[in-house]
Amino acid sequence: MKNSVGRELPDDLMKQLNYEGFKSTEIGEPEVQRVAPKVHVSTGDDKLVDSIEDVVKKTVKDGMTISFHHHFRNGDFVFNEVMRVIIDQGIKNLTLAPSSLTGVMNDIVIEAIKKGTITNITSSGMRGSLGDFVSHGGLKNPVIFRSHGNRARAIEHGDIKIDVAFLGVPNADKLGNANGMQGDAVFGSLGYALMDAQYADNVVLLTDNIMPYPNTPASIKQTQVDYVVKVDKVGDPDKIGSGATRFTKDPKELKIASMVNDVIVHSPYFKDGFSFQTGSGGAALAVTRYLRQAMIDNQIKASFALGGITKPTTDLLEEGLVRRVMDVQDFDKGAADSMHTNPNQQEIDASWYADPDNKGAMVDQLDVVILSALEIDTDFNVNVMTGSDGVIRGAVGGHQDAATAKLTIISAPLVRGRIATVVPKVTTNVTPGDSVDVLVTEYGIAINPKRKDLQKAFANLPGVPVYTIEELQQMAEKKVGKPKPLEFTDRTVALVEYRDGSIIDAINEVKD
Amino acid sequence: MEIKQTAIAGTLESSDIQIMLSKGQSGIQIDLESDVKKQFGDQINAVITETLKKFDIDNVKVKAVDKGALDCVIKARTIAAAQRALKTVDQPAWEVL
Repeated sequence: MKNSVGRELPDDLMKQLNYEGFKSTEIGEPEVQRVAPKVHVSTGDDKLVDSIEDVVKKTVKDGMTISFHHHFRNGDFVFNEVMRVIIDQGIKNLTLAPSSLTGVMNDIVIEAIKKGTITNITSSGMRGSLGDFVSHGGLKNPVIFRSHGNRARAIEHGDIKIDVAFLGVPNADKLGNANGMQGDAVFGSLGYALMDAQYADNVVLLTDNIMPYPNTPASIKQTQVDYVVKVDKVGDPDKIGSGATRFTKDPKELKIASMVNDVIVHSPYFKDGFSFQTGSGGAALAVTRYLRQAMIDNQIKASFALGGITKPTTDLLEEGLVRRVMDVQDFDKGAADSMHTNPNQQEIDASWYADPDNKGAMVDQLDVVILSALEIDTDFNVNVMTGSDGVIRGAVGGHQDAATAKLTIISAPLVRGRIATVVPKVTTNVTPGDSVDVLVTEYGIAINPKRKDLQKAFANLPGVPVYTIEELQQMAEKKVGKPKPLEFTDRTVALVEYRDGSIIDAINEVKD
Repeated sequence: MEIKQTAIAGTLESSDIQIMLSKGQSGIQIDLESDVKKQFGDQINAVITETLKKFDIDNVKVKAVDKGALDCVIKARTIAAAQRALKTVDQPAWEVL
C-alpha cells in the first residue's frame, strides 16, 4: 500500500502491527482514552536497593518493555550498567523503549540484540554502529521510530506499555524525589523522563547523590517511584552537553542564519509576544544571535522560547527579551544551570511539549521554528533519519512536532560535500512537506507554494533571493552531479511513525 | 606515457580528493576510498581515468582518497598528480585543461 505522501509501505507488517498509513498532518479533535500504570502500594520506607542486580531481579522478566531517558546523552553511565546486568542475568525478548539512543549505548545494544536480550526497539533515533547494524538487517523485528511528542502520545495511549523504567538522576532522596539540576552530572530539564516516571509500572531511579528527605524541587515525585538505587556515578558531566556554546565562524552557516533571520523578521509573525524554537546546530545558534538584535531594534519581545534549550536562548531570558523558556531538554551546561537559577525557565514534559493528542501542547502555540534537514525534496518533505547512503543515522526528535508551527523554516546548506541536500525525492520521509513553509539555503530561499501569503511577504527582500524548490534542486544537481540510486532489499528494518501514530515511511535494509 | 616517479596531489580536507599515482603494469588500476562511493564511485573513477588518458598514461596504480570532491576538483588533483608523476611540472599540459 501507499500512504498519502506516496511512500510504499509493507502490507504484511502494516497488518501484523495494526498500522495505518499516514493521511494528513491534521490531528482534528478526537476523543482519546489514556491508560494508567499499575501501582505497587507502599509507605515508601523500603525503596532503597543496594545494587542494580537486586533491582533487576525484582523487576525485569522475559518479554517485558524497559525504558531509559537520554538526557545524559554521550555522558550516560546508567544505560550501560543496567543493560550489562540484564544481559548477564540471561533475560530475553525485551522491548527497548528509550526516549532516544545515544552513541555511548550502541555497543551494548548490539550485544543485547545478538544475545536475544533485546528483540524489539522503539526510539526517537539511532546513530553510528547501531544504525549501521540495524540498516544491515541485524534486528529481526522492525525498529519503530517515534518523535518526542509521539512517544508521549504512544505512552499515554498504551501503544508503549513500559514495565520498568530505569531513570538516572543527578540527585534523589530515599523515596525518589528527584530533579535534573543538582549534583555532579546535571542536565537540567527531565522532560522526556517525566513520561516514564508517570506511566511505567515500575519506576527505578539510579543516582550517585542521595539527598536528605524530602528533596526539592521534585520533578520526579516519590508517588511515582518504586525503587532508588545508589550507584557510583550516573554520568560524565563533560560529555552530557557541549561546554560553552561557540558561535559559528563558518561563512556558509552565517549566511544561512542571517537569511533565516530576515525571513523571520519579515514574516507576519514577528510582533510583540511571538514565540520561537531554534535547534542546537551552528546555524540555529547564530539565528538566535541575529534574532536578539532584531528584537532589540524593533522593540519586540517574545512570549516564550521552546524546545531543546541552549545558552544563547537563556541569555535572551536574562535580558528580558524572552518572557518564558519552556524547557523539555537542555543542550548545554549554561542552559541547564539557568534552569536551576531562573524561575522563568519552566520544565515541561514531552506531552506538554509536543503530544498531538492533548488539550493543547506547546508546539500548537508555536509561531516560528527553525529545523534542520539531511535532505529536503521538491515536495518539501524532510528526511532527518537516513544518510545519503541509506543507512540510519539520525533521529526524529521533535522535528515532526515542532513543524506544526505557524512558520516552519528548514535551514540547510544546498549541498554538503558532494551530497545534495535538496533532492527530487527524500530517501526517508520523516516530516511531511505539508507542515514545512520555507527552505533557507546559502543561495536563497524556496517557499512552499501553498503559502501564498509568505510568497507575497518575502517577494522583494534585499539579499534574500527567492527560487522555486525545483530550481534549488537543479542548482544542487548541477554542482554535484546525479547520484546513482541507492539499493535496498525488500526487507523492512524500521518503520517511521508520524506524530499521530500512522506510518509515514518504511526503511529497508541496505544492499552492499 | 611512463610513470617516472610516485607522486601525490590533494589533501584529506573535506571536499578535496588525494590522488597518488605509482608505477603499474596492468592498465589504470584505481583503488578508491570514498564516503560517497555508492552514489558517485563510478563517476569519480571515470573522471580520473579520462584525465589520465589525456596524458596518455595507460599503466598506473591510482590510490584515491575522496572526501566529497566535485568533478572539477578530482580533475585538477589528477592533473597535478600526473604531471608530478611524469616529471613535467614545468610544462603545464594546457590542452588537458
